[in-house]
Amino acid sequence: MMDKAELEARLSAYVGTTTGPPVAAPDAVNEAMIRHWCEALGDRLPVYTDADTARQSVHGGIVAPPTMLQAWILRGFSMASPSDEDKDAQVEVGRLLAAAGYPSVVATNCEQEYLRYLRPGDRIFAETVFEAISGQKATALGTGYFIDTRTTFRDERGESVGWMTFRILRFKPNQVPQAASPAPSTSQKPRRLRPPLGHDNRWWWEGIEAGEIRIQRCKRCATLRHPPRPMCGTCQSIEWDWIVSQGAGSVYSHVVMHHPPVPGYDLPLCVALIELDEGTRLVANVIGCPPSQVRIGMRVQARIEPADDELRLPFFYPAAT
Amino acid sequence: MNVQPLQDAAAIVGIGQTEFSKNSGRSELQLAAEAVRAALADAGIEPKEVDGLTTFTMDTNDEIEVARSVGIGDLTFFARTPYGGGAAIGVILHAAMAVASGVANCVVVYRAFNERSGRRYSTGVSEPLVTADAIHWSWYMPFGLLTPASWVAMYSQRYMHEYGCTGRDLAQVAVSTRKHAVHNPNAFFYGRALTVEEHQASRWIAEPLRLFDCCQESDGGCAQVIVPARRARAMKAKGALIRGVAQAAGRDQENMTSFYRPSISYLPEMDLVAKQTYAMAGLAPPDIGAAILYDAFTPVVLWQLESWGFCSRGEAKDFVRDGNLELGGALPCNTHGGQLSEAYIHGMNGVNEGVRLIRGTSVNQPKKNEHVLVTAGVGVPTSGMILGQL
Ligand SMILES: [Zn+2]
Repeated sequence: MMDKAELEARLSAYVGTTTGPPVAAPDAVNEAMIRHWCEALGDRLPVYTDADTARQSVHGGIVAPPTMLQAWILRGFSMASPSDEDKDAQVEVGRLLAAAGYPSVVATNCEQEYLRYLRPGDRIFAETVFEAISGQKATALGTGYFIDTRTTFRDERGESVGWMTFRILRFKPNQVPQAASPAPSTSQKPRRLRPPLGHDNRWWWEGIEAGEIRIQRCKRCATLRHPPRPMCGTCQSIEWDWIVSQGAGSVYSHVVMHHPPVPGYDLPLCVALIELDEGTRLVANVIGCPPSQVRIGMRVQARIEPADDELRLPFFYPAAT
Repeated sequence: MNVQPLQDAAAIVGIGQTEFSKNSGRSELQLAAEAVRAALADAGIEPKEVDGLTTFTMDTNDEIEVARSVGIGDLTFFARTPYGGGAAIGVILHAAMAVASGVANCVVVYRAFNERSGRRYSTGVSEPLVTADAIHWSWYMPFGLLTPASWVAMYSQRYMHEYGCTGRDLAQVAVSTRKHAVHNPNAFFYGRALTVEEHQASRWIAEPLRLFDCCQESDGGCAQVIVPARRARAMKAKGALIRGVAQAAGRDQENMTSFYRPSISYLPEMDLVAKQTYAMAGLAPPDIGAAILYDAFTPVVLWQLESWGFCSRGEAKDFVRDGNLELGGALPCNTHGGQLSEAYIHGMNGVNEGVRLIRGTSVNQPKKNEHVLVTAGVGVPTSGMILGQL
């Protein structure tokens, strides 16, 4: 494979050159194609399709929707039309980059300006120039090169009727990290991250399975503690049991998660710090009302419900008043 | 009288860094080696003179790998500091203790990562091993509280509720760092200012935090060279004297999620760092000419202004109005653009800027630079220091 310096030297040789000879529109601007376009896009403006209305308008007759500009010069159905690929330097650049390890392509920007309305009978010619090819860029999709082209559209008299700039990215796709990738494409819904279970927390999650929110309690001094710890910070006893919370409490603080998306979590998602009436706090989701309605001090009541086919979690609902 | 053996005992005599980017295109070890080499060149010290190295526990670059890469020979001291960005000044503390005690004569501090192109912290935690730390995350992962922004947002909502602080107040912090980054060619936002309206229009990440309340995830490395103060005075490179330095964890501390304290609207660990650092340096808030306050997120700057006594509790929102964090303000802050606008190198780019402020070489140099405060990560056991003129 060629090295980066050689690739970039070869790419930069294209800048300022045309992608090939001017392309002539296969058909003159015509009412049939205008009608198909308007039907497909649901554009009901009569000046494009109704001859009588158009005659009485400022245009004095039917005109084409300006946004059809590029449509006039698009190559026909590829299996039916002769291939002129070899004449197009854009194809050449694409092959060069694919060979250098940048096989993917995505269009990123397009701007057009329309200088006059096109009318049935106009014949359109287009010429495209490589305006710029970037240095190597790291993007969210992958590392690659931005290619900017500018196409000038002219009529049969050689007068410019509009232009278009187009930017594509040719890139090497990023390897998607395992943790961030969606679950395998089964019909199964992605699931939330599991709590790692160990000596110091398994009993609490077993409580959730049993339908209980447990609060660890020191057997010697009765101090409640959450999250649980193996030793009492007040009296250093390692003897403990638990009480079962009534699940009633109030919102001490809360956030609404919007970004980044993580499989298994439906966004926006309210995560709140709940102060239980027993006195300890815990983090859990508030559902049963839109996240925007959650307020500090709001009374909530827990229900232990399935988060998916396997994991149960305490969910807090606005308390009935 | 309190004996303070570390007061004025050590100095930072060299700073180095790589460029900051979204894709360094090289290994973390290479970034570390380049940053260390640059810091040594700045100090005018040969690699073979280095006998100590310190870094973060989160750093992937082994001391011995860095030493071999840079041509550092025998090491008599190495130590690591835990808790993410909270280590940023802790590593300096360790280096200062080592050179003050004679365990080492020249310690290099380094931190380098591909935090943008490699493992991004913003993608959240997903701990496979069942350690105490993994159990700690089990209280948050199933509920979707997975990212640094989300943890900071939980404190922020409560703080804003208690003190009437608004998103527009947070915007003041973001706007001030951008004003500084506009003049800093090393900054992501070089030449790109920000308005309060643009901040307010940016999308939510973890409500109440918006995109522009969050720092720039970055690739890069930074390093500093620490030697005894008496040696620093004889050196050609202008050094920054470590007047006071401290690290602290607070009561009922968790790693980013200390949600179970009676109040979650202030930082007990940072209060403790401030108390110790001022005591060691024999200084008070009015003595501080400029500050580098760790700014992974905008609200953490407000809380630190309160911890370090620049304003009363809950009044930081008033302090940051009227450009007080900008050049010419009451406390020029994050003159490099901070982690919000220069780059996020776990606070270590801020240490380099702190030394530049003392040297008088910042691109946004305030006039008053007798003493400069530099702090480390927020929400974790943390650290801080006051630098002064040699
Ligand atoms: Zn007890």
